[in-house]
Amino acid sequence: MSAFARHRRSKRVIATFTGFEADLLRSLASQLVELLRNEAAVPDDDRDPLEAMMDFSGPTTAPDDPVLARLFPTAYTEDEEAAGEFRRFTEGALRDSKASAACSIIDTLEEAGLPPELDEDGLMIDVELEHDVATRWLRSFADLRLALATRLDVEEGDEDYWLSLPEDDPRSQAHDIYEWVGYLQETLVDALSH
Amino acid sequence: MSAPSPVEVEPTTTPDELLSPATPWVTIVWNDPVNLMSYVAYVFRSYFGYSKKKAEKLMMQVHEEGRSVVSAGSREEMERDVQAMHEYGLWATMQKDD
Repeated sequence: MSAFARHRRSKRVIATFTGFEADLLRSLASQLVELLRNEAAVPDDDRDPLEAMMDFSGPTTAPDDPVLARLFPTAYTEDEEAAGEFRRFTEGALRDSKASAACSIIDTLEEAGLPPELDEDGLMIDVELEHDVATRWLRSFADLRLALATRLDVEEGDEDYWLSLPEDDPRSQAHDIYEWVGYLQETLVDALSH
Repeated sequence: MSAPSPVEVEPTTTPDELLSPATPWVTIVWNDPVNLMSYVAYVFRSYFGYSKKKAEKLMMQVHEEGRSVVSAGSREEMERDVQAMHEYGLWATMQKDD
């Protein structure tokens, strides 16, 4: 099991992943990037087509996908118009920022030697993160956990339910991955706090 | 050259309202079943620059009471804070302080 630690001399945050773990992390990050870039961040309304075409700004209504709706919550709960304006001006930038944080996980793992296709046993991937890269990983771990939890319908205090599932249940396996990303995030917070 | 002319002071305007800073908006962070307690406290420390003690107190308030007011200020400032909280994956909203 890998964990993050602060390297005493260089002050960088370091971790060692097995090839399998690094490949899994890359796959989760890639899926998040795809989701952030695929469901277009454009207003979906029935305005005059010319007016709609001339509008280069962001969306004004919450995304349909529940993961995206959780990643981009409604800022004003009692003022629909203000909420729409806020979304128009922020959602595009937030999508870019979250996608770029996830990409930094993919890039770092590949620069550290993760091949495009994992085909060898016993491969180990050592990463060394500068402070700002480590904080981007940290934020992306939060996004990945929110995405997995939304798909799995994770709720407060439901640990017994997940433990009761048979080990070969795909939901149980996905929940293990969610817990693993939580473990990575916990150790990364700890490494960044010292 | 000019001289001050007598002006009627509106009796409804109190000195308090004139001198107090305009901070009628607040940012609220809501509890969610996903984000780690350590991470939420880390976000409050690193984004707002709060002390460890204050950050943990706010985090515990979110955890136990379901929500916490984490900052107050102008509408523009709160929009920046809410956007930053969303960037960190925290569930934040803003509203007029009441």
